[in-house]
Amino acid sequence: MRYAMAIDTLKCVGCSDCVVACQTENDVPQGYCRDWIKETVNGLYPTVELEYRSERCNQCDNTPCVRTCPTGASLVSDGGIVLVDDDKCIGCGACIESCPYDARYFHPEKGTVDKCTFCNHRVTDGEDPACVSVCPTKCMYFGDLEDSESDVSIALKNRNYKTLAPETGTKPQVYYLV
Amino acid sequence: MQSRRKFIKISTASAGTMMLPLSFPSFFSGDDEDVSKLKKVPTYCEVCFWKCAGWAYVNEKGDIKKIVGNKFDPHSNGRFCPRGTGGVGMYNDPDRLKQPMMRKTRNGKQEFVNVSWNEALDFIAQKMKDIKSEHGAESLALFNHGSGGKHFSTLFKAFGSTNITAPSYAQCKGPREEAFKATFGKSVGSPEPADIKNTDCLVLLGNHIGENMHNNLVQEVADIQDRKATIITVDPRLSTIAAHSKYWLPIKPSTDLALLLAWINVIIDRGIYDKDYVEKYANGFDELKNHVNDFTPEWAEKITEIPAEQIKKTAWEMAQAAPKVIIHPGRHVTWYGDDTQRLRAIAILNAILGSYGREGGFYLPNKGKLPKMPLPAYPKPNWSWKEMMGDKYPYAHYSVANAFIDATHPDFKGEHKLKGWFAVGTNLTTTIPDQKRTLEAIDNLDLFVVVDTMPAEICGYADVILPECTYLERCDHPRISPHRKANFAVRMPAVKPKYLTKPASWMVMKLGNRLGLQDYFPYKDYSEVIDWQLRQIGSSLADMKQRGVKLQPEFNHGLFIKDGEDYNFKTASGKIELYAHDLEKKGFDPLPFYTEHEKPSKGFYRLNYGRAPMHTFTRTTNNPNLTDLMDANNLWVNSITAKENSLYNGQEVWLKNQDGIVSAFSINVRVTERIRPDMVYMIHGFGRSNKMLENSYGKGISDSELITNVKIDPIMGGTGMRANFVSFITEKPRKEEAIV
Ligand code: SF4
Repeated sequence: MRYAMAIDTLKCVGCSDCVVACQTENDVPQGYCRDWIKETVNGLYPTVELEYRSERCNQCDNTPCVRTCPTGASLVSDGGIVLVDDDKCIGCGACIESCPYDARYFHPEKGTVDKCTFCNHRVTDGEDPACVSVCPTKCMYFGDLEDSESDVSIALKNRNYKTLAPETGTKPQVYYLV
Repeated sequence: MQSRRKFIKISTASAGTMMLPLSFPSFFSGDDEDVSKLKKVPTYCEVCFWKCAGWAYVNEKGDIKKIVGNKFDPHSNGRFCPRGTGGVGMYNDPDRLKQPMMRKTRNGKQEFVNVSWNEALDFIAQKMKDIKSEHGAESLALFNHGSGGKHFSTLFKAFGSTNITAPSYAQCKGPREEAFKATFGKSVGSPEPADIKNTDCLVLLGNHIGENMHNNLVQEVADIQDRKATIITVDPRLSTIAAHSKYWLPIKPSTDLALLLAWINVIIDRGIYDKDYVEKYANGFDELKNHVNDFTPEWAEKITEIPAEQIKKTAWEMAQAAPKVIIHPGRHVTWYGDDTQRLRAIAILNAILGSYGREGGFYLPNKGKLPKMPLPAYPKPNWSWKEMMGDKYPYAHYSVANAFIDATHPDFKGEHKLKGWFAVGTNLTTTIPDQKRTLEAIDNLDLFVVVDTMPAEICGYADVILPECTYLERCDHPRISPHRKANFAVRMPAVKPKYLTKPASWMVMKLGNRLGLQDYFPYKDYSEVIDWQLRQIGSSLADMKQRGVKLQPEFNHGLFIKDGEDYNFKTASGKIELYAHDLEKKGFDPLPFYTEHEKPSKGFYRLNYGRAPMHTFTRTTNNPNLTDLMDANNLWVNSITAKENSLYNGQEVWLKNQDGIVSAFSINVRVTERIRPDMVYMIHGFGRSNKMLENSYGKGISDSELITNVKIDPIMGGTGMRANFVSFITEKPRKEEAIV
């Protein structure tokens, strides 16, 4: 099993529903987020291109965060989901430094590091992550890459895609359809 | 300005006594909270007018954990937009109104004082009686928006006034309603019956779907992108949907009508209109043909700056797709004062392409039904807004909010004057342009009651402020809106009202008792009325608590006109009026003409405004969940404009408009290639000026205060707001007398 996500940049309107859905689903404190929207504008008026991307932890195959964690709190769980074990995390921030995507933050109340879990608790119940389930444009696809019939596998089969900062060698598992 | 009713910054004495500790959310529950233990309560969203049905999830402690869409609801299809998802912030907002307040004078100083519900309601009821005996019940007017307003409508009608209005007409969608009525015999209605999901070509003029998150509309547009349907977007700004469109026509602002006429010209000239449809269903084709003869693409190119070739090509795309084509009427269309005529051109274009009543064009909506609880007949008022407005706006089929302001203003010469206002869920000074005039009218009132959940700016001018609980804490009339499938949705309270807030249904019942109108409010709790209604159709509250939404297939008729059907349009002729006799009779052009609009003078830029997907005007700009996503607007400026004015990205500026009005607050410049150099753009709803809004006070600029050049549509009274121009001020201006 290998969980992954594909996000269609040609459909995303940057509405941030994924952000607020994640915040309420996962009790993310105000002022923090586990996912966020990036806007890129290229060209000169009126020859302009616009891309919105919903970004989050890339649930990498090759995880600098797990490697740098001194206590073993950062770990790779079932299906390749990268998690933080709150009981082991000492909040040292080494993983925050090592993540090329700035996907981790220090949770001010828990005193530990927090990040996207692909909504592990929902996924184990057979549901989509909260962001995917709420997206009004349905531009996000989630599932098991090893299942060729999963939404994410089908999306990647039919479209061109890219990943973020592939040069860092992290092998991201969040794909952007272009 | 000298005013009896001085704006009071609701704070100090009154607020101090009612500060309650902030309740911090519990952080640890998210991942391990057992969802099956959460109670699901049906609701429909009140963060915007789309009214999506969904579920509020409440835990054992009574915290609302999340709100999600109801998958049987055609407005949401199980997915809420960001505002609806963040709707819980309306409930949790620490800046909410918490207790009734009244304007009182102490030591010669006006201030708001916390009062009991009894004191507030006694005062209002007595004032209403006084106004009735002196001027008649008709001189009380209601401005409303949203479901709270519906309850107050009942109170008004029972009391003897039908002077009820909403800014959603003359400040928003009025022109399209009247243009479609003049053409097809029926206004557009809400949600718009555009069959987007089945269309092959969607044409948008200044309509930024995706930035306005009208939920199922956004969903359907995304669906047609999957099958590569053509999207044509006309906008001087690269809106999100413009970036996703096959054709983006970066039009010169204020020239849309020229483009529309040229499209009609091409389609008729090349004979690519739907001849059978036009022949069978439409009147006035020959007049139309003559009328548009000179409006060639070459003519339009000079006006719109869209190349003639592009105009022809896009016209061809529409005709190719017809009848599965939608030239969308949009929603906020009060732009330049000739808006009904522009919308007429849109209606005509749809008509000649045969899209109205056709799959992939406009469907004929179905509507659910619920029996109404029998109430005593309402008294017949001696006059209504129709007599009050006289012949001022001859083709207004709904009441015009700005005409209510006129009839309250000291300079009003008419016979039917307004003496008391209720504003329920509508922030009038940020909604209706020309704030100064609105405030002069308010100053002339004997009674002004504001009902809201938040200390909106308008509260500062009230005599009495009644704190309404949020939609998550109350039940209201079932939502019955037109859609593809007849349906209705219920709203039940997910939690008890916080603080001393109350539902509007309770307020009108209590006022009704005081006014001897108790027979119109036969309930202790409004849920009893809903239960009665549901029982008439064999359902019940208990049943609806499980479903939230009920489909009523028994009320569905066909969605489309069948091939060759003798369909009768609700116009005088029974046909589509390409040539609008109705308008001609009232003295207006029966066919639309392009007229040139004001242009910016040197050093000035057209002020344009719009929506962000995470906000609904001032309704949400203090919502903590949504300010997390966007807490201030910024000013979109093209790099050329930035250079001309030595502006840099992130710079703080103030704006001054053509009438010398300076913005109360500042805004940060956003240099972007997404906008034309001759205009600037900002999101509407920021620049909050009520200090009680601690989360949003003073963040960004309110476009409303800079809209002082108002272009009234003579046909229906719409207030055109896009003929305003601003220049940049880079040094903090001397504190001027800001009106709000
Ligand atoms: S579109 Fe969004 S804000 Fe409007 S009713 Fe639906 S969920 Fe609520």
